[in-house]
Amino acid sequence: MINITNLHKSYQMGKNSLHVLKGIDFKVGEGELVAIMGSSGSGKSTLLNIIGMLDVANEGTYTLDNVPIENLDETKAAKYRNKFLGFIFQSFNLINYKTALENVALPLYYQGKKRDVRQEKSLEYLEKVGLKKWATHLPSELSGGQKQRVAIARALVSQPKVLLADEPTGALDSTTSNEVMKLIQEINNEGKTILVVTHEEEIALMCKRVVRLKDGVIVEDTLVNQKKAI
Amino acid sequence: MKILFDKDTWQEIFSSIGQNKVRTIITVIGVLWGIFLYIVLSGAAKGVDNGFERQFERISSNSLFIWGEATSVPYDGFKTGRSINFKLSDVIALKNRIPEIQHIAPRNSSGVFGGSKAQLVNGQKKGSYNIYGDFPILTTITTKNIFKGGRFINESDIQNKRKVCVIGERTLQELFEEDETPIGKFIRINGIYFKIIGVNKFITSGPIDTDGDIFIPFTTYERLYNTGEYVDFLLVSAYPEADIVKVEADIREVLKKLHHVSPNDKRALGGFNIGKMFKQITQFASGITFLSMVIGLATIIGGIIGIGNILLISVKERTKEIGIRRAIGATPKEIQTQIMLESVFLTVIAGIIGIILGALVLSGINIVTKNMTDLPFTNPTVPIPYILGALFLMVVLGTLIGLIPAHRAVSIKPIDALREE
Repeated sequence: MINITNLHKSYQMGKNSLHVLKGIDFKVGEGELVAIMGSSGSGKSTLLNIIGMLDVANEGTYTLDNVPIENLDETKAAKYRNKFLGFIFQSFNLINYKTALENVALPLYYQGKKRDVRQEKSLEYLEKVGLKKWATHLPSELSGGQKQRVAIARALVSQPKVLLADEPTGALDSTTSNEVMKLIQEINNEGKTILVVTHEEEIALMCKRVVRLKDGVIVEDTLVNQKKAI
Repeated sequence: MKILFDKDTWQEIFSSIGQNKVRTIITVIGVLWGIFLYIVLSGAAKGVDNGFERQFERISSNSLFIWGEATSVPYDGFKTGRSINFKLSDVIALKNRIPEIQHIAPRNSSGVFGGSKAQLVNGQKKGSYNIYGDFPILTTITTKNIFKGGRFINESDIQNKRKVCVIGERTLQELFEEDETPIGKFIRINGIYFKIIGVNKFITSGPIDTDGDIFIPFTTYERLYNTGEYVDFLLVSAYPEADIVKVEADIREVLKKLHHVSPNDKRALGGFNIGKMFKQITQFASGITFLSMVIGLATIIGGIIGIGNILLISVKERTKEIGIRRAIGATPKEIQTQIMLESVFLTVIAGIIGIILGALVLSGINIVTKNMTDLPFTNPTVPIPYILGALFLMVVLGTLIGLIPAHRAVSIKPIDALREE
C-alpha cells in the first residue's frame, strides 16, 4: 500500500539546515495497523506529513497504492489527499461553526458529491462511530472523545486507502483514549490500512506493528501482539 | 461558472461570513455608505440640473436681452453721454445682417427699467404694475402661460392698435373678486379702458418678470406712451446651433454702427445674455454631477478596500480552518474562489442595499422639494446606466480586492496552517 525508499527531508532554518529524515525505507501492506513512535524531534510527524502529502520530501520515492507520488503541486496534492487519505488530528480540527454532520460531509463536498449523497453517507459514518444522534450538534457541544469520533467519521467518509492519525489520543484522557483506539481497531479489522503516530507506549501496543524512529532513521520495526482496547 | 449557481457554494459563503456577523455588517456598511452617497449626490446633482433647466424652460436657452444706454466714448462727431434708443428699423437691419438670429421681439416697457408703473383701476380697486408693449412674436422666445379662456396679443391686435391687455396672476388677485372672470372685462390703464384678453400664469422666465406684469399690443403702447418708432429693448433668440456669445457680439457691432457708437464703447449698450448664463449654469450643474460621482466612487473604493481588509483579517483568523479544508481535499482554486465570492457577495449586497436606500432618500427629497418652485431643484434621478455602471465597478473591484485575501489564504501551506493554534 505504502512504499517509501530512501526518504530524506531537511528544513532550512535560516543559514542552518536541519536534517530531519535521513533515509527512511518503509513499507506498509494493506490492512496493517502501524504505530510510528519516537520522541519529539525524531521525525515521526514529518514522516506522517510526507505520507499525508502535506509536505514533500527532498529525496527518495513514495508510492501509494501503486501510484507514484511525485511532482506534487497543491492542486494535485489536494486531489490525492481527498481520494487516498483520511486524516485524524490530535486537536480534532473540526470546523467549529459546522455541525458534526456538516464536518463529516466536507470531504464529500470537495469531491463534488451531490447533497443528498453527502447527507446519507455522512449519517452512515456518524452512525458507525456511534454519534448519529449528535449529527446536528456543533463541535462545541461535544466532548473530546465525541469530537475525535466525528473526526474519524470525517476521515472515513471519503473511503480512503489509508488513515493517518497524528497523536489521535494526545488530547484525550485514558478512558476516552481507549474508546477511540477501540474504534480505530474496529476500522482496521474491517481491512483499512491505518498509521498512528504516537509517543504513548500503551497506544502503540494496541497496534499490530510498531516502527520506532530516532534522529531521522528507523531504529526498530517489530510486529507486536495487539492489545485489545477495552 | 457552475460554482456560482451551486447551492452548496452559497451555503459555504453564508456560513463563513455569518461567523462574525457584527463585523460583516459593519464592513458592509462601509461600501453601502459609498454607493448611498454616490446615488444621493448624483441624484441631487441631477435634481439641481433639472431645477435650473426648469427655471429656463419658459425662455429660449439661446436668447439674450439687449438695450441702449448712454455712450461713454465720443465718436463720429458725437460727444459722450448721448443716450441710445433702438428703433424698429434696427430689428429689420439685425435680422438682415445676422443670419444666426431666429427671432427678435422688440419690447417697450414702463416701470421696469425706468418710467412709471401703469396705474390700473377696476372699480374701487387699483394697483400699479409694470407694463409692456409687445408683439406676438414674443411668445416664440419666451412662453406665456395664459390661463384657460384667454389668449396673448395677436397680429390683429397689433394692426388695429386694439386696447386689449393681458394681466398678471397677482393683478387678477388684487383687482378682482375671487370668483370673478376677468376675460372680456374692461379695466382702466392710466385712465384708458382696456379689454382683458388673458391672464398670464406666472412662471419665471428671466430676470425681469414679475407676477403682476401687464402686456398690451406694441402699437397700442406706442400710442399710449407716445414712443414713436423707439424700442426700449430687444429680446433676441438665435438658432439652437448658433453660438450665442458670438451672436451677441455681432448684434452689438451692428447696433453700434447703426447708432454711431464707437466700437470701443463698452457702456453704450446694455445686455443680458441668457444663453451664456444658461451655459454657465449647465456647466456648473455638470460640474456638481462630476464632483458627486468622484466623491461617490472614491467612497465606494474606500468601502471596498475595507472589505478587502476585513477579509484579510478573517482569512488570518481562519488560517486553521483553511488548513483543515485543504487537508481534506479542497484545492487552492476552490479556496480562492470561495474567498473571492465572499468579497463579491458582500460588495454586491452592500451595493444593492445602498442603491435602495439612496433611491428612498432621493424620493423623500423629491416629495419635500416638490412644492418649492423657487428652489432650483426638480426630480432628482440617477440614470440606470450610472447605477449599473457603479454595480459593475463594484463587482470588478470586489473581485480584485478579494484576490488579495484569496491569495493570502492559499499562500500558507496546509501543514503550517494546521500547526497554527
